[in-house]
Amino acid sequence: MPITPTHYMLLSAALFIIGVIGVMVRRNIIIIFMSIELILNAVNINLIAFSDQLHNVIGQVFAVFVIAVAAAEAAVGLGIILAFYRNKESVNIDEMNLMRW
Amino acid sequence: MAHAIAFYTLAAFILGFAILVVTTKDTVHSVLFLVLDFLFVAALYVMLNAPFLAVIQVLVYAGGIVVLYLFVVMLVNLKRPPEAHSDPHRMTKFGFGLAGAVLIELGAIVVSGYMKAPAVTSPAQNLPVSGNTEQVGWLLYTNYLIPFEIASMLLLVAMIGAIVLAKREL
Repeated sequence: MPITPTHYMLLSAALFIIGVIGVMVRRNIIIIFMSIELILNAVNINLIAFSDQLHNVIGQVFAVFVIAVAAAEAAVGLGIILAFYRNKESVNIDEMNLMRW
Repeated sequence: MAHAIAFYTLAAFILGFAILVVTTKDTVHSVLFLVLDFLFVAALYVMLNAPFLAVIQVLVYAGGIVVLYLFVVMLVNLKRPPEAHSDPHRMTKFGFGLAGAVLIELGAIVVSGYMKAPAVTSPAQNLPVSGNTEQVGWLLYTNYLIPFEIASMLLLVAMIGAIVLAKREL
């Protein structure tokens, strides 16, 4: 049975869902950020699988942009974590309720 | 056949390490599993004829971003683990049910969409260069020059923002 884009899309969907479960279930905000990286990786797998299937390099160009945005997001997010930890001595997402209704 | 074996092996490793990242108690172990996961995703990119993206994945993700994560995990040395504090309003089971429903939905869309339109062909690109890295670079500096510059601005803004956020006082 040959490997079709459907296989890659199912792999990507499964990785995406694992990331979403991590975001929803864990309370450690560092692990939540790592789950977001997993989600972005799932998107990249999809882009590159279709780039290979359609013999078109544009998918890889967009994957480069996704990686750049992921790097920016990680830098700013970890800066926020450090600033929060300095104020509250905690990285628990449930204690981050300063701007919640 | 060899393609199928490689795909299933890599997929098993990617999903297994992703589950370990999400479930491990120790945050440092979680970061290390994340490195392994990114390396297997890079191997998948090589299989998909995207060697440039595989190198970028190893350099930027496994090399840069993960070191940043490790750095923060080491700085934030917790005496009281976050999982000890529990919020009574949290609906974990509901979350799992919802995630499972989304996975089934995505799978159904993927499978049914592929059944309806199995043969997708696109016109071949006429790029004046050959080779994966050359083609990606050509597109980045011609058709996608403005998004490329905007991405560089985004990285500059993120860098300044991270410094402002993490610095004690300016």
